[in-house]
Amino acid sequence: MNFTLKIWRQKNAVAKGEMVTYAVSEISPDSSFFEMLDALNQQLITSGGDPVAFDHDCREGICGTCSLYINGRPHGPLKGVTTCQLHMRSFKDGDTIHIEPWRAKAFPIIRDLIVDRSALDKIIQAGGYVSVHTGGVPDANTIPVPHEKAESAMDAAACIGCGACVAACSNAAAMLFVGAKVSHLALLPQGKVEAAKRVQKMVACMDELGFGNCSNTYACEAECPKGISVVNIARMNRQFLAANLLSEREKVVNISL
Amino acid sequence: MNLLLSSFSSLTNKVLMALAGLFLVTFLGVHLGINLLLLNNDGGRAFTAAASFMGTNSIIKVFEIVLFAGFLLHIILGMMVSGQNKAARPSTYVVSNHSATAPFSKYMFHTGIIVFLFLLLHFFDFYFIKIGLVAPPDGIASHDFYSRTLLLFSTPWYSLLYIVCFVALGIHLNHAIQSAFQTLGLNHSKYMDAVKVIGSVYSLLITVGFSIVPLFILFYRH
Ligand code: FES
Repeated sequence: MNFTLKIWRQKNAVAKGEMVTYAVSEISPDSSFFEMLDALNQQLITSGGDPVAFDHDCREGICGTCSLYINGRPHGPLKGVTTCQLHMRSFKDGDTIHIEPWRAKAFPIIRDLIVDRSALDKIIQAGGYVSVHTGGVPDANTIPVPHEKAESAMDAAACIGCGACVAACSNAAAMLFVGAKVSHLALLPQGKVEAAKRVQKMVACMDELGFGNCSNTYACEAECPKGISVVNIARMNRQFLAANLLSEREKVVNISL
Repeated sequence: MNLLLSSFSSLTNKVLMALAGLFLVTFLGVHLGINLLLLNNDGGRAFTAAASFMGTNSIIKVFEIVLFAGFLLHIILGMMVSGQNKAARPSTYVVSNHSATAPFSKYMFHTGIIVFLFLLLHFFDFYFIKIGLVAPPDGIASHDFYSRTLLLFSTPWYSLLYIVCFVALGIHLNHAIQSAFQTLGLNHSKYMDAVKVIGSVYSLLITVGFSIVPLFILFYRH
């Protein structure tokens, strides 16, 4: 298969970027999108050019590192897959493929197609954890967890933090990501204790980092490679409201040394 | 006010916007009920009675203030949130987004602006005349909403403009109602589909209901 590629090239964080056109030929329909890009880079290196920088790691859809915006869609045309799981058979021979980095104020471009997504890590650091050591594996049923709750928590925990939700959102909002992270902990007994504080802290951090507001277009759900549902956003909204309206004033303990 | 609102969390602002919006949605239903009285073949008696009740009743007077506050809050928040959303993506994509979205959800700002402009027009046409800020047209008393309505709707271009604005409002509401529920955290597999259907039906009723009046006056009364 032959393709024309239009790829965003940007030397560094401050340089002005532009779309540059390349041609690749004799690509197997069964090669992955990244193998196709590897072929292009080989071509560029042989001809003394600068290879295209793009993020990837596991190449099997579990790490959330890959992040290409292909023809106007994060992770390309297939539903429920990451860029690394995309194959060239999903395109037509002779297609022109546009490849851009995720674009958001909170995801500054580092080089070419690589963006800095540490903003998502900062949101996790703000509250996406359980503070106490929850110990080893307890005997079955010592901590009762209803089956549906466990399922919902697992569905939310499937988030790999790739940031496709932010990339797809017309407002560059991180609501699906934060909703998923708030949900998977709040649904389980170990995470419940800190649930109110967690949602407040994570939302405050999200606001601070310059992500947009949710206008419920649900593009995030449509593009999430792990099929995370916007029900998680509603759960976060609900918990945030409850946390602000119902939480009691904290008792101040004076520790004298 | 802007400063105060921007100090709130993004979620708090969205909840306020949703609550104000839902309040405006219920008001629209009441307004439509009164407008439909114009279809009565009674020389406008029922409509005038309803309009003067709305204009003089003291409880309604209090609600009028709440209503204006609701509009103001919804509009200011809408502008502010849209501004923040634009700022959240300073460099835009070369290829515009192709992701699947909820119907019309990307056009809330655009349809909102149309409705806002209509609201201004509506104020000049009725409210400002009523409170004496704008002089009524010749031969029509400042509180005679009935004759005023007939006069306006007998102009085809005005009726067309009016209908276009209500189509925009219908599009706005179609997404707005279910969106408000989602924002308030009321998204549940048991009833969300029902909320979406009821929201769409309600917004359709608003568009059709309000549009019937000028069409009726244009083709039957004129
Ligand atoms: S490279 Fe790990 S998910 Fe794509």
